[in-house]
Amino acid sequence: MKINWFYFSSPPRFYALAGRLSPLFFALALLLATLGLYLGFFVAPTDFQQGEGYRIIFVHVPVSWMSMFIYLVIAFWSAMALVMKTRISMVMAQALVPTGALFTFLSLWTGALWGKPMWGAWWVWDARLTSELILLFLYLALMALRAAIDDERRADRACALFALVGVVNVPVIYFSVKWWNTLHQGASVSLTRAPSMASTMLAGMLVMALAAWAYTIATSLKRARTLLLEREGDSEWARRQLAGDAR
Amino acid sequence: MNWGSISDFLHMGGYGLYVWGSFGVTLLLLALETALLSRRAGRVADEIRQRTQNAPAPLKPRHTGQH
Amino acid sequence: MDLALVLFKRECALVLRKPGDALSAVFFFVLCTTLFALSINPEPQLLRALGPGALWVCALLASLMVVGELFESDWRDGTLEQLLLSPLPLPATVATKALARWLGSALPLVLVSPLLGLQFELSGSALLLLPFTLALGTLALVFVGSIGAALTLGLRSGSMLLSLLLLPLYIPVLIFGALAVAGAQNGSGFEAELSILAALCLLSVFFAPFASAACLELACE
Repeated sequence: MKINWFYFSSPPRFYALAGRLSPLFFALALLLATLGLYLGFFVAPTDFQQGEGYRIIFVHVPVSWMSMFIYLVIAFWSAMALVMKTRISMVMAQALVPTGALFTFLSLWTGALWGKPMWGAWWVWDARLTSELILLFLYLALMALRAAIDDERRADRACALFALVGVVNVPVIYFSVKWWNTLHQGASVSLTRAPSMASTMLAGMLVMALAAWAYTIATSLKRARTLLLEREGDSEWARRQLAGDAR
Repeated sequence: MNWGSISDFLHMGGYGLYVWGSFGVTLLLLALETALLSRRAGRVADEIRQRTQNAPAPLKPRHTGQH
Repeated sequence: MDLALVLFKRECALVLRKPGDALSAVFFFVLCTTLFALSINPEPQLLRALGPGALWVCALLASLMVVGELFESDWRDGTLEQLLLSPLPLPATVATKALARWLGSALPLVLVSPLLGLQFELSGSALLLLPFTLALGTLALVFVGSIGAALTLGLRSGSMLLSLLLLPLYIPVLIFGALAVAGAQNGSGFEAELSILAALCLLSVFFAPFASAACLELACE
């Protein structure tokens, strides 16, 4: 059997598929988030070192994971966009950026709220925190670059190129910040040692991470649909789709 | 069950501000993103429908028969 | 190769024709470091502690200025389109232009840097090391910066966007450059940082021209 990998790279097919999948993943995200919050607040025990404050982990770790993962996915779609020149890959790469930036901001926000009671400071120049901040700058740079270029084709490819340059740089940045950090900070705070995790804590965290993942898929598909309409609204398929939606 | 009462739950063992600050802002921003996205999707669809009604002639000739 | 040489001579001639433009980055560097020294308490201990970082940040901002104009004038008068059509491969063109620009604008900055190091009362070994790290570092910055210059070519608010795009990418060079000077300053060794800086420099000199060439083609379509 031959699989047609490009079946859903045609805008009308993708538009229809995304329209069906997006609410599905949104419902999944709600379900998983409810389950995860239940596990996090009512099942997982109190941590013996950090008391109830550790419960921030159930939102902090999932948004941090997603913020980094989304950048990798953007880089993947950017590479596809440059190599295969499919319109859908460009739209997907664009659709993921705002959600990624939002998760990166939330990661910093929840990190600060966790850090204040635990280490007594809103901000610590730890390698991971600093890299996360730089990741936020990269997301903002991508959005600014997109906003500054009027020609859509050029904007697509410029953003794809910049996303790829960024993804090459992220490990280098992490390495250099870590190096700098070990020289300057000494052994004041150790962030790498997680509180000893009960299995229910781990379960809650993983379920919340899955919820964030489902939310990302739902949102990015929905945004991709909107972007497709904005770009190709005057084409035959878009008119027919919208007429179908109204019925 | 970890909590004796509602106020216990809200107090979070003294970390209420930090815990609810993180969860609350996360929930708020995600809800905001979803709301803004739906509004944008609706507006784009409306615009295109309007344009289609104002200029109903399709760009390409297509079959006119009933489905 | 001959073509690259011709282009290189042309770029150098352009720099020599308007030395003021090329040297503006150096003036910026000198002024900026002086302002830095003036803004803090002139206590030798403090100056020595802040010196390496301050000098490096100012050099980084100055090289942002160097990069900003890299393709702009050629793009405006149409020379860039000719360069795209010439038999010289585009990455080689970019590398030649970046190298000439580095020689014209960043090298003077490197040469005056020991004098500015005196303002911060750097020790003898740090003063000797400073120009070496700046030479390697600015070379890396100019080559990485050529990507940003190509991406923002001809855009509104190009210079603001340029700094937003480039500053995150500049962080590794800044960290290792400043650490090497600070290591020489307090005698804790600088060889590891210097070799990593050299590695970053070589990597960016080798790979960045390909990325900028792709971006330039995009800008000139």
